[in-house]
Amino acid sequence: MANKATIVTDPDPIFGKLTWDSIPYHDPIILTTFLVVVMVGVGVLGAVVYYGKLRYLWDEWLTSVDHKKIGIMYIIAAFIMLIRGFSDALLMRSQQALAVSESSGVGYLPPEHYDQIFTAHGVIMIFFVAMPLIVGLMNLVVPLQIGARDVAFPFLNSLSFWLFVVGAMLVNASLFVGEFAATGWLAYPPLSGLEYSPWVGVDYWLWALQISGIGTLLSGVNFFVTIIRMRAPGMTLMKMPVFTWTSLCANVLIILAFPILTVTITLLTLDRYLGTAFFTNDLGGNQMMYVNLIWAWGHPEVYILILPAFGIFSEVTATFSRKRLFGYTSLVWATACIMFLSFIVWLHHFFTMGAGASVNAFFGIATMIISIPTGVKIFNWLFTMYKGRVRFDSPMWWTASFLITFTIGGVTGVMLAIPAANFVLHNSLFLVAHFHNVIIGGALFGYFAGLTYWFPKATGFKLNETLGKWACALWTIGFFLAFMPLYVLGFMGMTRRLNYYDNPVWNDWLLVAGFGALIVLLAICVQFYQIFASIRDRKKNLDLTGDPWDARTLEWATSSPPPFYNFARTPQVLDRDQFQLMKDHDLAFKRPDSYERIHMPKNTWAGIVIAGFSGVMGFAFVWHIWWLVIASTLAMLVSFIVYNFQKDKDYYVEIDEIEALENEHFAKVAKAAESQDQDEYSVRQRGTPLSMPA
Amino acid sequence: MVITMYRLAILPILLMLGGCDYLLFDPKGPIAAEQMDLIILSFLVMMIVVVPVFFMTVWFPIKYRASNKDSEYKPNWEHSNLIEAVVWSVPLAIIIALGIITYKTSFSLDPRQALDSDKPTMRIQVVAMDWKWLFIYPEQEIATVNEFAMPVDTPVEFLITSDTVMNSFFVPQLGSMIYAMAGMENQLHLIASEEGSYRGLSANYSGFGFSGMKFKALAKSDAGFEAWVEQVKESGRALDREAYELLSEKTKDHPVEYYAQVNPLMFNRIIEKYTGAQNGQ
Repeated sequence: MANKATIVTDPDPIFGKLTWDSIPYHDPIILTTFLVVVMVGVGVLGAVVYYGKLRYLWDEWLTSVDHKKIGIMYIIAAFIMLIRGFSDALLMRSQQALAVSESSGVGYLPPEHYDQIFTAHGVIMIFFVAMPLIVGLMNLVVPLQIGARDVAFPFLNSLSFWLFVVGAMLVNASLFVGEFAATGWLAYPPLSGLEYSPWVGVDYWLWALQISGIGTLLSGVNFFVTIIRMRAPGMTLMKMPVFTWTSLCANVLIILAFPILTVTITLLTLDRYLGTAFFTNDLGGNQMMYVNLIWAWGHPEVYILILPAFGIFSEVTATFSRKRLFGYTSLVWATACIMFLSFIVWLHHFFTMGAGASVNAFFGIATMIISIPTGVKIFNWLFTMYKGRVRFDSPMWWTASFLITFTIGGVTGVMLAIPAANFVLHNSLFLVAHFHNVIIGGALFGYFAGLTYWFPKATGFKLNETLGKWACALWTIGFFLAFMPLYVLGFMGMTRRLNYYDNPVWNDWLLVAGFGALIVLLAICVQFYQIFASIRDRKKNLDLTGDPWDARTLEWATSSPPPFYNFARTPQVLDRDQFQLMKDHDLAFKRPDSYERIHMPKNTWAGIVIAGFSGVMGFAFVWHIWWLVIASTLAMLVSFIVYNFQKDKDYYVEIDEIEALENEHFAKVAKAAESQDQDEYSVRQRGTPLSMPA
Repeated sequence: MVITMYRLAILPILLMLGGCDYLLFDPKGPIAAEQMDLIILSFLVMMIVVVPVFFMTVWFPIKYRASNKDSEYKPNWEHSNLIEAVVWSVPLAIIIALGIITYKTSFSLDPRQALDSDKPTMRIQVVAMDWKWLFIYPEQEIATVNEFAMPVDTPVEFLITSDTVMNSFFVPQLGSMIYAMAGMENQLHLIASEEGSYRGLSANYSGFGFSGMKFKALAKSDAGFEAWVEQVKESGRALDREAYELLSEKTKDHPVEYYAQVNPLMFNRIIEKYTGAQNGQ
């Protein structure tokens, strides 16, 4: 809680600002959460030790540099953080459902707590749910789609992942030690400055975002180089699968945008730690500079989230329509247009700052122009279904739901982009509804489609389809019930981040929104049950061939899950739907004549250890424990140097091992061919599309 | 004329929205009214492309479902110049239309734009504080907290600053909001065309007392406004340095307060506190 007790002006030399009062043991909500987290943590760790899997966990997962395992770990972490972020959403919805009053003190969350919750909700959902979901999917899929053995810098990939985990841990630590920022998710100064937020919440925000942001930047560099340099021979840029294209654009955005975040956060850190005046009210500080800088990162960030989702929809629509993607070239150009335009629209987040008519008009029109390539993409997906054979597997459900939902979000986005209209819609619940509309209905539904689509590739078995369709239906209904009322409330003049309000008319709509949130809760529960049930019944849904959906691109040409080296022989690419081409010409599922030794990176302790020390450093910085800052920084440097002097970083996979693994795969393919006579996705039907027209 | 016809055309939408609960569709001033028109117009224009998209989203998957073997199947069909031309040019045309509207309204509804009227413009200075709004009338030399009055059909120039973190000054039924920032002066021109008491609030989160930063905007007849000024003057208190320091303390749900006397330069002093006197002219 942001109470006076945590404002320590003279830090202790040993414990810094940390005192017993930093731990909010008097708050029943936080104490209960803490106990649950501790019990679950002890339980999981106990189980790992009990089954003797500690060594396996360390050797095969925590130190892994395999992009597929790192991708899976990203996605698991994202789902864990989704529980936290969604709990925050439920707390907000229930507070607002209760809080009709003339004056403060209603509901069960005082502003000192509530304001941390909406800050944490935004930070967690963007940085620690959406980002790891998409980075996780990129990890899982991109190297496979381009026929590579791993990413360009496998150790860096591991480091990126653990830096992200450390950022997430710092946000979670703030729940139990000290407090989190109560500033809104972008921490506008001067509110986030030392004068107006003297407690440690903003420091947690700074270090969590700084550390995980650097992890994301390293990922961006890694994937950019991977896609540019490591494509299979023959795969020219215009033969890349669309998901790889959109990932490439997203990573260019990461490389260009995340340094802005790093610098902006650093400047705010200097303001808070060294008393500089970059963004203060007085001494020549300029808060408008911060707002410009943070959105110069923040707007491209939105496209970092959404562009890969567009790629997922492109893959899914083509596969489940059994048809080539319509307008590949224009889709690629549309993506590139959006990538470029996303850097010249940041001011639309603050038309109301008073920049003047010409500036506002420029940014408003630039924003609207983005809707043209985005609209083109929608039509491309629609015309991919046109004259296809559309199958309604659950990834396609997510796609259909997306097309409707996202279009509505696009409309409200253009409305917000008109500066003169924005002057009454800005910071209202209309805005809140809009960005949830595009982030949930656009990005998140895309990730869910992608998770369902590539789940068998990662694990070797499909997710339960019935439960997946339920999850999609509930998410869609829940979304509409939760956010359409927010549009209405925006028209009623309700602004965001209110802890209480005196207008009883708003309450009805907030109750509907709260009910919608409960439906979403149900949807999330169904998703968790879906994962559980699918693992339990995995034998029923095995993917023996590596191609469970009759899909078109290269990642399906290897086994599910793929061997750690991905492809025994690097494929030669002739077409953008390379695997479909192979199937059409009866070249798929064929054993190569011979194998060669494969050069692979070795797992390393360095990623988790260096990131771990950076987490200690962040915590020490938050609490002003200077000796620990120095010690952990030195430890980071030393471990980095030690790692760099290690010579034993790579090895060759011998032909015997490759042969054994590949034989296993082809045995499964043969078994599938025998057993799946009736299956729609039967191997026998491969190569000839169903009921080919004469 | 065009606007009248347009308003008649959108009348059903307005009736459906049912008036007074929907503050943005119940404007009490010309600025807010034009903004309402703009919101509805942009929505309707976009329906030109949205309705076909919805139609195709439902129609295509049903018509070309895998089980419908009668429908045409072209697995390798991936390009059509005609379709490409349509899907690029229709959104482009819509955005050109909306772009022109955007350009024009960015200027005509610019908050700094002084409003035409046969009456002289009145000036009200607004200061965002933790957590209340201070209104200074430099001409009448009075000040109020969390309530202000303005005569109807008189253009009012609000000069807005903050003595704390960023806030946003917003009276939904009168129109535009604008940020209040320390050391800076923002301008907002509004007119109220109907008498009444309207909700005002801060639209930008500013700390723990933010939710209580609401105020009343009173639109009164000229006589009613004069009477209100007299009422404020009867309060007898002056907003001097001490009273201001007292007011500067962080308070939540601050009650309405009247100050009969205020230094007309107080607003400038509040800005100069942050910028130094040389910039705060």
